[in-house]
Amino acid sequence: MRALVLLLVFLAVPAAAVAQDGRIPGPVIPKGKGEQCVAETDYMRRFHMVELTHQRDETMQRGVRAKRFSLKECVACHASTGTDGKPVSINAPGQFCASCHAYAAVTIDCFQCHASKPEDGEQARLPAPLPMTAAAGPETVR
Amino acid sequence: MSGFDFTRRRFMSAAAAAAGVTLAPGVTLYGIGAAARELDAPASADIRWGLLIDVNRCTDGCNACVTACIEENGLEGHGRPATDAQWIRKVRVRNPKTGAEKHLPVMCQHCAEPPCVDVCPTGASLKRADGIVLVDKHICIGCRYCMLACPYKARSFIHENLSDQKPHAPRGKGTVESCTMCVHRVDAGGTPACVEACGEKGNGAMLFGDLNDPGSEISRRIATYATRQIRGDLGVDPGVWYQNL
Repeated sequence: MRALVLLLVFLAVPAAAVAQDGRIPGPVIPKGKGEQCVAETDYMRRFHMVELTHQRDETMQRGVRAKRFSLKECVACHASTGTDGKPVSINAPGQFCASCHAYAAVTIDCFQCHASKPEDGEQARLPAPLPMTAAAGPETVR
Repeated sequence: MSGFDFTRRRFMSAAAAAAGVTLAPGVTLYGIGAAARELDAPASADIRWGLLIDVNRCTDGCNACVTACIEENGLEGHGRPATDAQWIRKVRVRNPKTGAEKHLPVMCQHCAEPPCVDVCPTGASLKRADGIVLVDKHICIGCRYCMLACPYKARSFIHENLSDQKPHAPRGKGTVESCTMCVHRVDAGGTPACVEACGEKGNGAMLFGDLNDPGSEISRRIATYATRQIRGDLGVDPGVWYQNL
């Protein structure tokens, strides 16, 4: 019984220390811009890589462009803005991705290819819509 | 896709045709008969995206499509033409007997039977359901078999570390890449950057559309005028057609 109590105490300590008492330095994670993340924080901490990989295959191979677990959306929300008003790379030291990954000693390859900051004025640069065709009836509609 | 979803999408599209562009708050369809599909729907095999290029309208010296491609996809090179990425290029063809010259843009021809996909050892080179040929750089190992297999010299290899890529066009060292037919714009209901630039700054030589839809302008023009594919004899059935070549 005593051993069990000790075990429980030891198990409980790391989480509490990182979260609250500051004895073990935890990563300092900048807050995202949005109200809340696309899933619970605990879920995202544990499974964000699974969701990103799943979304990556869906988008790349099938053309599914759902935004929920899109890396682009993650970056758009979590990249912070520097003092010069320009977005800071999300993978820079101390920023959202890098702070945790440095703490956990896990390297990430995402930003060798993917943009690590949102494009300037990205929302304003949507592609031009195709003209509506007047003759399109249900039989030509896809 | 299940039959239910198909029916629902047809209904929504038909409703949009009748009611206008905005279906509901936050749901906007850009065009009918184009890529007006929901974000969470996969690319449809009913569509085959293609291009038609009127070579008579394409002139020597105009580089609007190439510039637009570089700008859109962030392809700024290192001033080393032998190795810099090139998704679209202007080609001059000359008949040695008559001296007749033509100028035309050549990019990935988005073949129906792409040799690059056949030779890829990892499955990175892929053809999407709607006919767009892409490289999945997540699984590309940079072996460059596809570059050798491509009859159109359409693919490039990235030799150097890159930074500041465009969010919609991820690119990285050690992978092969080529024209994506601006898949990010097409999926959002737009047209490729080269086609748009050719219409605005060039001579309006390029047309983008659905080759599977007999009513689309591209299909009608291919059916009406003398058009051809480059090296159509190879049997790879390119999705890029040329008029007056």
